[in-house]
Amino acid sequence: MDLIVGKYNYWIYIALMMIGFYAMIAKGNLIKKIIGMNIFQTAVFLFYISIAKVRGGTAPILWEKAILYDNPLPHVLILTAIVVSVSTTAVALALIILIYREFGTIEEDAILKMQEIEPRRRTDSQQ
Amino acid sequence: MDVIHSATPLYAVAVSLAASVLIALSGRMPNLREFWTIGASCIKFALVLSLLPDILNGRTIECPLFTVMPGLDLSFRVDALGMGFAITASLLWIVTSFYSIGYVRTLRERSQTRYFTCFSIALSAALGVAFSANMFTTFVFYEIITLCTFPLVAHKESAEAMRGARRYVVYLLGTSIVFQLSAILLTYDAAGTLDFKNGGIFPETVASAQLIIIFVLFVAGIAKAAIMPIHSWLPAAMVAPTPVSALLHAVAVVKAGVFVIVKIVLQIFGVDTLAGIGAGMPLAYVASFTILVASVIALRKDNLKARLAYSTVSQLSYVILGVALLTPSAILGSFLQIVLHAFGKITLFFAAGAIYVASRKTEVSQLDGLGRLMPFTMTAFAVGAFSMIGIPPLGGFLSKWYIAKGSLEASELPILLVIAFSTILNACYFMPIVYRAFFKKAQTESAAAHAAAGHGTMAWAGMREAPALMVVPLVLTAIATVAFFFVPSIMLDLARVVSADALGGR
Amino acid sequence: MIAEHFPILVILTPLLSAILIPLVGMIRRQLCWHVAFVASHIGFLISGWLLLRVRDTGRISYWLGGWEPPWGIEYVLDDLNALVLLVISFIAFMSVLYARKSIEAEIEPVRIPAFYSIFMLFVTGLMGIVITGDVFNLYVFLEISSLAGYALIAANRKKEALLASYNYLILGTIAATFILIGIGYLYMVTGSLNMADLRERLPSLYHSKVVLTAFAFFTVGLSLKLALFPLHVWLPNAYTYAPSVVSAVMAATATKVGAYVLLRIMFTVFSVEFDLHVVSITSILLFLSLTAIVAGSVLAIAQTNIKRMLAYSSVGQIGYIVLGATIVNETAMTGSILHILNHALMKGTLFFVAGCVIYKTGIKDISGLKGMARRMPFSMAAFTIAGLSMVGVPLTVGFVSKWHIALGAIQADMWYLVPVILLSSLLTAVYFGRVIETIYFSKEPGAKKSGSGLNEPRGRAGVQEAPFGMLLPTLILAALCIVFGAAASTSVSYAGAAARLLLGGM
Repeated sequence: MDLIVGKYNYWIYIALMMIGFYAMIAKGNLIKKIIGMNIFQTAVFLFYISIAKVRGGTAPILWEKAILYDNPLPHVLILTAIVVSVSTTAVALALIILIYREFGTIEEDAILKMQEIEPRRRTDSQQ
Repeated sequence: MDVIHSATPLYAVAVSLAASVLIALSGRMPNLREFWTIGASCIKFALVLSLLPDILNGRTIECPLFTVMPGLDLSFRVDALGMGFAITASLLWIVTSFYSIGYVRTLRERSQTRYFTCFSIALSAALGVAFSANMFTTFVFYEIITLCTFPLVAHKESAEAMRGARRYVVYLLGTSIVFQLSAILLTYDAAGTLDFKNGGIFPETVASAQLIIIFVLFVAGIAKAAIMPIHSWLPAAMVAPTPVSALLHAVAVVKAGVFVIVKIVLQIFGVDTLAGIGAGMPLAYVASFTILVASVIALRKDNLKARLAYSTVSQLSYVILGVALLTPSAILGSFLQIVLHAFGKITLFFAAGAIYVASRKTEVSQLDGLGRLMPFTMTAFAVGAFSMIGIPPLGGFLSKWYIAKGSLEASELPILLVIAFSTILNACYFMPIVYRAFFKKAQTESAAAHAAAGHGTMAWAGMREAPALMVVPLVLTAIATVAFFFVPSIMLDLARVVSADALGGR
Repeated sequence: MIAEHFPILVILTPLLSAILIPLVGMIRRQLCWHVAFVASHIGFLISGWLLLRVRDTGRISYWLGGWEPPWGIEYVLDDLNALVLLVISFIAFMSVLYARKSIEAEIEPVRIPAFYSIFMLFVTGLMGIVITGDVFNLYVFLEISSLAGYALIAANRKKEALLASYNYLILGTIAATFILIGIGYLYMVTGSLNMADLRERLPSLYHSKVVLTAFAFFTVGLSLKLALFPLHVWLPNAYTYAPSVVSAVMAATATKVGAYVLLRIMFTVFSVEFDLHVVSITSILLFLSLTAIVAGSVLAIAQTNIKRMLAYSSVGQIGYIVLGATIVNETAMTGSILHILNHALMKGTLFFVAGCVIYKTGIKDISGLKGMARRMPFSMAAFTIAGLSMVGVPLTVGFVSKWHIALGAIQADMWYLVPVILLSSLLTAVYFGRVIETIYFSKEPGAKKSGSGLNEPRGRAGVQEAPFGMLLPTLILAALCIVFGAAASTSVSYAGAAARLLLGGM
């Protein structure tokens, strides 16, 4: 019981991570994959924040009451990771825009089907 | 044993390599290109010959090149065994060069530059194998031979030629990578060195099971020796132009194969070690099997070159048989067989090529009455064939004599019977050719033969010989075959040194 | 005392150039290449200096901002990563040299400054991954190089490239996030991010479930990143559709860096005892790498597109690197590290040649290469050298690393690995042999070939080589394939030192 209730934050992180992971792998829509990716990464951020928490600690700011404070290092790390995550999302969205311009759709199946037809049509036109 | 340091072996190997560059560059001037070939072959032979006196005096010549990585050196060492192979190869290269020029010019082959370039490299590599001081160097040159003869086999670039060449390269490269290289790795692991040494390199601590595995891997890995069942690349490679076949079968490729096996038996394992693990006799029986079966197959082949190819498979196994017997006379005999078979077989192939050039005939059954049209060629062919069979006034007799004597020394009567029986088989597949050529009347000439005649062939007094550039070499090699019987001294001296080296103080 | 700051300068040079290039590009677009060229050249020189320095004085530790580790970020150079750093900076230098012409043909002029900028960022990321001694810093650099990599792949005008890039992005992000989780777990139990510090703190925690989980996340994430079969699915498309120079630089460096990180985490953050006895990860990876070697080669045989064939071949070759590491002895580990260097040279050459062919002719399929040796003799010679090297022909780099891996397997009594290694060499020989045969033997489509005997149509008119700027780096890499293959003592001793470092005195 303690394992479930006492560590609820970790359970949330695992659940979020699985949801995100599932979306990245299983969804056919490119945007949905990106949403999944963001959930996945956010879960990891939560995990980092969780491990930084010190029971009864305050925010890691220099003030007179800060005798017991949370570990600031994971916070810093996760700030970096958030920047990385945002950049990744930006690159991904840029790619999706380009893909949409080229193929006119953002459904993976449809694109793959077009790619299969494409070379055949090209050889046909050559003949 | 005295050791001399000298760079001559390197020059001897490098001269044809340098020539190959010159040949490739002078592709547009055929006469200059051929000059390089001839020049290089003569220089090469002279260089090899200059090493001979020292070797006959029982010295070895060392020429380390460079270290590839710790434990693996590229290095040359000339001993009597390598000398015999090197002399044969470099002498026959001169002859083959003239013959090749005659052949490709008469037939107006294409890609002649590539042909001569690869030919030169192949000779360099053959000498590299002959002179190598360790198994790694041998392996390197062994692979170079395979790679640079591939374009030669595929020369015609027809579908059939490509198929034959692919089979050729798959067999040779495949077995050498999978079996030979693993054997080398295991040897290096067990012995800590790959340097050839008379009497073997394995310490006594190595388990005999491991030695047997290594030995089997080596024998399987040297497909160039064409021991059954990995012989079928050799007939497949028959699609090559005839001078190439001569090179493959008499000089560079198969000889390199059997030479390496002899080297491994004598200088990696050593006679005593092999006798200790009892690997000699099984190998002798495999070789005997190959001798007999290949002869029977040869009997059934109507295509002249195919018949010669199977004859090669059979004759090479004599060499293996000889060393596998592990007795002094047998080793001596197999050394002689390396040399003498080369001269005999190259004569036969030259003759086959001359017949093709002069009359476009490729099948045994077409040869009726050819002895009158091509008296020189067919006489030389007969001499070569008699030598193969082992009839006394010819070189081939010597090697068979010594191997047979060796089998008695080893008290292996079955082997003696094999030799006797295979001699009969040899006679069975060679005599009909000679008989047809000289004693049968020619059938009506086919139109194709008429069309082929004419340009570039000597024609007088009813003769229709191939060009002199081809006939002279083959007559010379035939004469050499005879000469070896009457003045075998140099080769016999070399052979004695080999045998003495291999058996140490025995 | 600028030399003290070289470890940071080697990262800063490409990073600053990445910022500088767009600014320069606003003034004159042509200058961008010069900036990239100078920056990558400086990077190469500094890493060369660093390697020599490490060999002289041992481990170099550089404290960023003067903060003492484990609190501050530490840049570390030791025998292992100094070598990898040099490989990366060298390949980057060669690629920039190559990129000039190649990119003009493949990317709109407007985007060229952006391309070089991102390219330099990519290089920054890779070099950062290698040099850092801090696991979180490693993650950051990993993402820098990955993000730049996604953009580089998509830089091609082809639309297939977009989807390939997107898929790589998804899988790459999963991999990076897994690594991030792994780092989090390690931090959770040790409170440290410094690799050297982690190594000291971890052994007492080896049986903690958190550590095991962290290790699992690291292994999966890195295997995905280095495209270890079956996690290789992103690689073939990415390499096939990326611009030529990007394929080359990625194949030669990006996966190598992944392999480096795997070695670094497995053997220096964790230790050999942990890998062998606590999680027995080596046997799992051993199995996967064998599958990778065989599957990569088999899939490569099935391909018709040149670049895709090379990509699958990379999958197989990565298997070799992992295999050497998981045998866990010094010889095999040396082979594995050598293969990082050697494969970079070989695959770099091959992709460069593929790029030359595409630049000059637009041909992407193997069948289109017919008779290409006449049109592009130098490029094709480079391809042949690198191809033979991939097969592992002696005197080329491929032989050196395979020799070590196979010998290591024998020494570790894992005999069964030797046939797999050699058989896959054979498979490699099949797919490269096919290409090389097409290049040299098949007649050019449409070209009229007459059997014109003596004077062959071999004029310079038929030669259409790639521009000098592309040819030069290709030939340099090809030459190095032979140099480091024939005189491997130096690279073997460097790699040997790195292997001893990884195995920690085992």
